[in-house]
Amino acid sequence: MGKKKGYFEQTADIFRGLSQGMGVTLAHLFRRKITEEYPEYRRPLPARSRARIVLTRDPEGEERCVACFLCSAVCPVSCISMEGEEREDGRRWARWFRINFARCIYCGFCEEACPTLAIQLTPDYEFCDRDILNLVAEKEDLLVDHGGKDNEYNFYRYAGVSMVGDKGSHIDEGTPVNVKSNLP
Amino acid sequence: MALFLGILFLVVKIGIVLGALLFVAGYLVLGERKLIGWIQIRLGPNRAGPWGLLQPLADIVKLLAKEDLVPEGADRWIFLYAPAVVAATALLIFAVVPFGDHWTVIGKRIPMVITDLNVGLLYVLALSSLGVYGVALGGWASNSKFSLLGAIRGVAQMISYELSLGLSLVPIVMLAHSFSLVDIVGAQARYPFILVQPVAFLIFFISAVAESKRIPFDLPEAENELVAGYHTEYSGMRFGLFFLGEYVTMLVLGSLVAVFFLGGWRGPLFPPIFWFTAKVFFIAFVMIWMRATLPRLRYDQLMHLGWKVLIPAALLNIVATGGVVLLIKGG
Repeated sequence: MGKKKGYFEQTADIFRGLSQGMGVTLAHLFRRKITEEYPEYRRPLPARSRARIVLTRDPEGEERCVACFLCSAVCPVSCISMEGEEREDGRRWARWFRINFARCIYCGFCEEACPTLAIQLTPDYEFCDRDILNLVAEKEDLLVDHGGKDNEYNFYRYAGVSMVGDKGSHIDEGTPVNVKSNLP
Repeated sequence: MALFLGILFLVVKIGIVLGALLFVAGYLVLGERKLIGWIQIRLGPNRAGPWGLLQPLADIVKLLAKEDLVPEGADRWIFLYAPAVVAATALLIFAVVPFGDHWTVIGKRIPMVITDLNVGLLYVLALSSLGVYGVALGGWASNSKFSLLGAIRGVAQMISYELSLGLSLVPIVMLAHSFSLVDIVGAQARYPFILVQPVAFLIFFISAVAESKRIPFDLPEAENELVAGYHTEYSGMRFGLFFLGEYVTMLVLGSLVAVFFLGGWRGPLFPPIFWFTAKVFFIAFVMIWMRATLPRLRYDQLMHLGWKVLIPAALLNIVATGGVVLLIKGG
């Protein structure tokens, strides 16, 4: 501790300290404000921002969603529900697909879990509504005409019921083994 | 006939002053929010009308539409009347504040003050003492621990700083030879009293900020500690009345500082009402600026400042002023 200051010196210290502080705030009064005013200026978001969910299509124009329930299972708040059905050519699809955007936390787990890259999150965040029931999106609200983040991926070229050829015709698949040829 | 005319002018003056005061207090809330915003390099409210000018209207509508809650176990009538005490005592002080010199209308000379009490200064101090009741009753009647603590701190703070408030005004009375606010403004014809009483000005200003419970003295309503202190349990328009009372008190204290130290409505060139409002707004600006800058005083620091610093300083100031006055008057 230094020498104890006299009253006059303490008072001078008080005045100096107060005026320095008040001077800083006064200087701030005349600076340009850093507020970005929302509807007039919309800040550009990163491309991977997670907001509204869409269901995408593959390059052939078919829906990618195969109603495998993986997104529904991984969703932390259980906001996804669907019902699956099989077409005549063996391809699965979702008869109805519902996302409750009022419960959705936009975490992106469903996008990570989806094997066909069907469900994806886009940076579109301006869809609020005064009636909470208007936030439940059905499949026709979610389905889009493009491939989202990967326009060239078709799940059925890599796995699943073969839509492009016989067994063994997937990309990166080994040739099928005839098990009966191994019998003694 | 003269009586009727006199009463008519009085009622008109009261109406104008009350209306102007409530209007200005409402917009002072907006002004404070904008000013604090600018000091924090952000914009204040600017959506409710151009530059946010309809914001007070939006606030009033919001407060009126809220549920009017009276806590269970609360003392119902005292709970309902406490905000009225706060607002009423603050508004009543304006009955003696002079806004200008004289107005001559249809041959009659109308003084620009609602009433020129010859003990105006005592009246002002008495009303600020009564304002303590509003805080105490509001906190006690809420039947809640936070409110009670806030009320206790508020009452202790207010009665402590009332002493230095009054003592710092004694030299002013010595210089003006009168308790009447009109005479005090009249005595500052050559120079404002701040030039000869800087210490008294500082003491009065600090005590005034403490009386209106503004930062750095806002422990009774400290948001980080007591939820909202003595007005925690108030909702809707009752809270609005407390809130308005605080801003009216700010304006009141601004006008008292202007009257006692800055020369009231006096000033060159422009009309008196302009100078008066300019001084009041300047004091309000300084109070808002302090709110944006300073941290809160702890309770014991607050008491220390009031009792051990301001009161001795005010007493010494009285002695010194008395001595100088005697010296000059050659007694």
